[in-house]
Formats: sequence, structure tokens, C-alpha cells
Amino acid sequence: MAIPKVCGVETEYGISMVGVPDANPINTSSMLINAFVNELSGKVGWDFIDEAPGRDARGFAVDGSLPPEVETNLVNTVLTNGARYYVDHAHPEYSSPECLTPSEAVLYDKAGEVVLRRSMAAARRLLPAGQEIVVYKNNSDRKGNSYGCHENYLMDRQVPFQKIVKQVTPFFVTRQLFAGSGKIGSEFPNQKVGEVHYQLSQRADFFEEEVGLETTLKRPIVNTRDEPHADATRFRRLHVILGDANMSQYSTFLKVGTTAMVLAMIEDGFLDDADLAVVSPVEALRRVSWDVSMSLPLTRVSGGTITPLDLQWEFASRAKKYLVSRGGDAVGGQEEAESIVSNWESTLEALETDPMSLADRLDWVAKLQLLIGYRDRHQIAWDDPRLAAIDLQYHDIRPERSVFERLAIRTIFNDEQVQEAVTEPPHGTRAYFRGKCLEKFPQNIAAANWDSLIFDLGRDPLRRVPMMDPLRGTAQHVDKLLSSSKSAQELLDALGT
Amino acid sequence: MAERELKKRSAPAERESETNEDQDSGAKAKEGEELKAKLDAVLDEIDEVLEDNAEEFVRNYVQKGGE
Repeated sequence: MAIPKVCGVETEYGISMVGVPDANPINTSSMLINAFVNELSGKVGWDFIDEAPGRDARGFAVDGSLPPEVETNLVNTVLTNGARYYVDHAHPEYSSPECLTPSEAVLYDKAGEVVLRRSMAAARRLLPAGQEIVVYKNNSDRKGNSYGCHENYLMDRQVPFQKIVKQVTPFFVTRQLFAGSGKIGSEFPNQKVGEVHYQLSQRADFFEEEVGLETTLKRPIVNTRDEPHADATRFRRLHVILGDANMSQYSTFLKVGTTAMVLAMIEDGFLDDADLAVVSPVEALRRVSWDVSMSLPLTRVSGGTITPLDLQWEFASRAKKYLVSRGGDAVGGQEEAESIVSNWESTLEALETDPMSLADRLDWVAKLQLLIGYRDRHQIAWDDPRLAAIDLQYHDIRPERSVFERLAIRTIFNDEQVQEAVTEPPHGTRAYFRGKCLEKFPQNIAAANWDSLIFDLGRDPLRRVPMMDPLRGTAQHVDKLLSSSKSAQELLDALGT
Repeated sequence: MAERELKKRSAPAERESETNEDQDSGAKAKEGEELKAKLDAVLDEIDEVLEDNAEEFVRNYVQKGGE
């Protein structure tokens, strides 16, 4: 039986320093996060002991691969909603807390935008007039530089990694049909100018391998980073790096929901007999992204061709059967699973019959509709900088400059719910214990990590509370204990650590 | 709670709506007009939202390093 697909979304934001030409992006990112943190009380540092991003899920070290560096000297903080907020290379990054359902992942991804918005406001209060830090929730600067929006899903360690790679790849090649955020032009090397006016995905241009450990060079469709942040004998964390950062809640819901569903099916052997593989997936990924008509067929490994939409239908119809025979426990419960499948199907139907009808739901469609409207109104060509500006400002999260905010895009969660998620952790995962301990005993938490909390009770030694199971430490498990503990000492005594 | 809201909002593709096609296409046409009017309203205002010098803004947006 598939294990619950505990999930989360981590977003690197693009960053600009208005009024300071050639500002160092690392310093700017640090300043942004520090401004936010300084306005909060109870700053807590991140603990790096268990970080090993260079470990490979295939069980070997790859010659010549460059494991990402862990930068311990940069700003790093943990929020009471269980999220991590830090400088990753040259970008501010918000990693959502562990969520039990895809809709919860949507909520905490949106809460991240609020965190960044508050950070910009805090920085504005510190900076001289004429200077401003601005962030963009996108994945490319249109000049060949890309930065990621990664997803994470909890998986059963017993499922062979090669099986995951084989079965999830065709899904990843085609899920951009609804999960893409859209982009004008192409940044693929040597791509002829003007050949791609607009494409579905921000990221497809940047992928070069089918499977591998890298995230910044030779990016792979399936990333092999084996760093479960949990009991490695039982769990795997599938680190998904090919997705776009979405502005639309609905796009994020479909992206995370359908992916969780596909991974649950893989875990339960539900795709073992399915004929899904396509030839040259890396090239196929680009072809799908570049083909806004969604009609160019992909070549199947077994012979013949299939359209990207039909390939998605293969997954969606299997998911419907899976729901009937196995239920929805692995993806957040029956109601959540039914919502994923019905929205998946209705989206594929609309993509087939009237894609523009999805302009109120999907990022790439909403953006395209606006771009076409603007282009027609002003009689301009696709390479006009005003269209590129619309493309960038779609992802500007300042209310006064956000193009996305001007469009009537459907929401799943309202502002009040999103605001609450900035401070309140999810109830169904260990993020609850992390967040609530930070809220209640900030002065006693020396450091935090995904899988542990380190308490400082004012005398040696520091005490580490391991959290090796993402499904323990939930509100149900620890709420009584937390509310009856008057001090961190009492809490640790009761936990017996 | 959120899931229920989401389901309700997924109405466009629900099967029941296919039972009365006339009503459906009438409603769709109206919906289409409304959407166009909304888009026109956004297009009327969008230049105020866009950065003053689009060319310079787009050129200066450079991001190095990441992931």
C-alpha cells in the first residue's frame, strides 16, 4: 500500500535591487531575509549536520558531478509555520513545511509569497529613498539563467529507484500542459530567434539529461538527490526539479496533486503494465513546451506515436481506476483524491476542446491570453520589450506591480487562510511540532532541521529531539503534550529525550 | 474545507452541465463576453502597471546563480 505522499514546494525567487546597479545578489538576498527576520522575534538558526545534498539515490557517487554546496555562512531561518527561509546561492528561497495534502502544499506555497512580500516591505523601511528590493516568482531571466521551484514527495524506500525513473518520466515530460507558467521565446542554446514565440514552460529549455544528481548544470528530468531528511531505511524523498513556479493556486494544485497521484500509483505497481515510455524524453520535454497547439505527437518506445494530451489521459484514466480500487489515502484522503482526479480530467478536456477557457485557472493560458490581447491592441511583434515586461511582471509579487493580480484568476484559498498559514503550521505532519515549539519556546531552540530540533535549556549538553518520521509530531500526537508543558524542560522530560 | 471549495469551483467540466446543451451554450456565450470585457478592462490599465521603460527593465533583469 502506497505511503502518504507528504509533500512540499521550495521556491527560489528572482531578485533585483532597484536603484543600485550591479548589486551583489547574495548580499541583496541576505538583506531581504534579515530585514524580515529582524522584525520577528525569536530568530532560530538552521542546523546543517544532516545535510548531504550530494548523496545519489542510485547508490553511487557520480564522477565529475558537483554536489550542491551548503552555505553555512548565509542567512537561514525557520518560521513558526514550519517553513525554512534562507539564501540559496544568489536567491532568497522559501521551503514550505511538510504538507499532508496537495491543497495544503498550495496554501503554504502562497504563504511563502506573503513572507516575501513582508520582507520587501521590511527592506523598504531600511533602505534609502530610491532603493528597493524586488522579487519575482519565476524561473528565468530570459537570458539563459534559470533558478528553480522544486517539489518534494515522500516515498517508500522499497520502491526501486529505476522503476520510479521509468514510470514518472513520461508524466514529467507532459504535465507542463497544465503546470507550465508560460514564457515568451526560448533560451535553448542555438535556438533560432523567432521560431518559438511562446512556450508552455519556463524551465523546459534548461534540461539536458534524463536522470542525474545535478540541479544547476546538465539538469536532469529526474533528480537523484538521495537526502530523505527522514529515516533512510524506510523513506525516500523524491526531489523534483523540473517544475515551474506557479502564480495560480489551481496550477500548483494540479501540479502537486497529479504528481502525488502518479507516485502513489507507481508505489502500488499500478503502472507496471502501462505502455507510457516515449523516445528521447529530454528532446520531447522541449517539443511539448514549444508546441502551444499541443498537437505534435511524441514517439513511443513501443512504436507508433501519441499526443502529449493522450499521454496525460493515460495517466489520468489510470488514476481514476486507482481511486476506485485503492482509495485516496495516499494523496490526502478520498475527498482530496477525487478533487485531484476530477480537476485533472476537466482540465485535459478543456485543453482538448477550448484551451483559452482555462485562462482563469492555468498560468500559461492566462499569460498567453493577456499577451495576445496586448499584442493585438498595439499591433506589435512577439519580440517587443513590452510583451517581455508583461511576461516578467506576471511574476512580480508586489500588489501594485503584479500583472497576475490584475487578472481574475480563481483561487482555492482566500487571503485570510493564506495569512494564517504564514504563522500556523500544517497539523498533519512533523512540521506541527517544529512550528509550535518555535512559537512556544523560541528562547530554548538552538537550531532546527527538517528531521530534528535542538533544545538549549541553559546548560550542557544541548538536547536533540529527532523527528525521523514526517508523519509523527502532528497536532494529534503532540498538541496535548505541548499545551500541558509549561517549559521546554517539561516538554523534553515528557518526551523522555 | 478547502477541498470542498475546490470541487465546487471545478464546475465547468461537470457532467450535469452537458444535459441541457442550449442553455449551456447560451451561458457559455455570455460567459465568453464577460471574460472578454474583463480582459479589455485589464488591457486598459496594464500600461500603468508596467515598468516605465520596458526595454531597460527587461534588459536589466539578470539573475546569476541558483539551485
